[in-house]
Amino acid sequence: MLELINITKNYNPGSVNEICLFKDFNLKVSDKEFVSVVGSNGSGKTSMLNIICGSIGVDSGQILINGQNIVKQKDFVRQRRIGRVYQDPSKGTCPGMTILENMSVAENKGKPYNLRRGVNKARIEAYRDMLRPLNLGLEDKMGIKVGTLSGGQRQALALLMATMTPIDFLILDEHTAALDPKTAEIIMELTDRVVREKLVTTIMVTHNLRYAVEYGSRLIMMHAGNVILDKSEEEKRRLNTDEIMGIFNRISVECGN
Amino acid sequence: MALFLSVLEQGMIYGILALGVYITYKILDFPDLTVDGSFPFGAAITVRMIGGLGLPAVWTLPAAFVGGALVGMCTGLIHVKLKVRDLLSGIIMMTGLYTINLWIAGTGYVAIFDKENVFNNSFVKSILPSFLLDFKNVIIIFLITLAAKYLLDWYMRTKSGFLLRAVGDNDTIVTSLGVDKGLVKIVGLSIANGLVALSGCIYAQQQRCFEISIGTGAVVIGLASVIIGTSIFKKATFIRVTSSVVIGSVLYKACVALAMYAGINANAIKLVTAALFLLILVISTDRRRVKGC
Ligand SMILES: Nc1ncnc2c1ncn2[C@@H]1O[C@H](COP(=O)(O)OP(=O)(O)O)[C@@H](O)[C@H]1O
Ligand SMILES: [Mg+2]
Repeated sequence: MLELINITKNYNPGSVNEICLFKDFNLKVSDKEFVSVVGSNGSGKTSMLNIICGSIGVDSGQILINGQNIVKQKDFVRQRRIGRVYQDPSKGTCPGMTILENMSVAENKGKPYNLRRGVNKARIEAYRDMLRPLNLGLEDKMGIKVGTLSGGQRQALALLMATMTPIDFLILDEHTAALDPKTAEIIMELTDRVVREKLVTTIMVTHNLRYAVEYGSRLIMMHAGNVILDKSEEEKRRLNTDEIMGIFNRISVECGN
Repeated sequence: MALFLSVLEQGMIYGILALGVYITYKILDFPDLTVDGSFPFGAAITVRMIGGLGLPAVWTLPAAFVGGALVGMCTGLIHVKLKVRDLLSGIIMMTGLYTINLWIAGTGYVAIFDKENVFNNSFVKSILPSFLLDFKNVIIIFLITLAAKYLLDWYMRTKSGFLLRAVGDNDTIVTSLGVDKGLVKIVGLSIANGLVALSGCIYAQQQRCFEISIGTGAVVIGLASVIIGTSIFKKATFIRVTSSVVIGSVLYKACVALAMYAGINANAIKLVTAALFLLILVISTDRRRVKGC
């Protein structure tokens, strides 16, 4: 169980550019839930994920994981049990390292990074088996630098790397937004498969309302730092993309854009 | 011949420094000016150990490396923990080290002509056939540089080395891996300055003296070597980047020697260095884009 309790977050406090993004923001995510998050630009989706991962601090409030407050925990400590994929495909992988080296370094997460060999040759076949189902031909390119791959290939690899080790949470921030529609579809299906296989609690921010309706066990809509819509699995099943689109357009109009 | 040997010797000595600069400049993307202080720091430790304390010369190599690593660690701590900008962290360390170096060495100039060093000692004389004695410096420097290069290559393939490469590539991922990226940077700066101080240690023994001014411009020599090496061998896959950096250093020293040989005044050499550096930078930048439009 992940709980955000009375989170308050101001950007640029004390300056003329002060933005009060969250005021007493609350969210509960149960174990094994797959939450899709939609919302207008600037509604605070990325900020919320950053707060969960410790990438930014909060002014007040609590973040509880299974009842334990982790607000003071450093980002890198928190992320030991979190897998994260970003919108920018270059953030989830190391461009200057090969696919094999990337997977090796990712698989070592949670273990010491000591003076043993970085690549375990005995694992190469296992990595190939993980890459093969992606159908992107990556299994034959283990020795090439990730920087030379396409955005879709990198994002698929990033998703794989984020979920290679046991994690409690998977955090996805518009991870298909930078891809062409066909690749986005492939990555989305891969995401769904990974979440089902690993039974990992997932929060997925998406710009694609259809994905939000089709995938996941819960749907949240955010606006101006608040959750304005929260649909459980059954409610969500009765919902279609047009209805969500209608609500989404309404808040956008209210907002004046 | 003597000139040729001296270029090779100095080139390879500074090649070790260039390996250190390669770590900070190319891998960590950290313009580390500590080098101007850690190079003479290694030299100061060396003359103190050999001259003042009368310790065996081989001990200076690990001592200089460890000393340099501690210096690099301080730069890293200033940058990471005190949140001082990268350039300024180096400048602070470089400035402080000037005094520390004088203090360790005793004065601004210390000669160790009459002492045994890693090149001149009974062991080397007993093992080396007499016809090779003229080349003993270059052979020993070659072996030490090779060892440094191979150790660095080995480190880069370890798990810890992977993290170092990752932090320069994309530091977000290091955090995702549950590792403190600041710590990784500190480790990188330590190894880099360890190598730089080792380079200073060998330099002092080759020159058989310590001079406080040897640090001035050391970082420039390192940067030039790295840029020459990496741009010349950019497309070559058969050669490791660490080797190309060392070769870059030899080439750089050859250029400077050529300039001196051509009769350029010793006082003007810094200007020549700066011009050479600029030239290398301009040539090595990819300007296809400019031509295209
Ligand atoms: N680092 C920052 N400094 C100042 N303001 C920020 C920063 N990050 C986000 N914001 C502001 O917070 C609001 C929410 O941003 P964000 O969380 O990125 O929204 P979303 O991901 O939903 O588009 C925006 O108004 C944005 O301008
Ligand atoms: Mg966003």
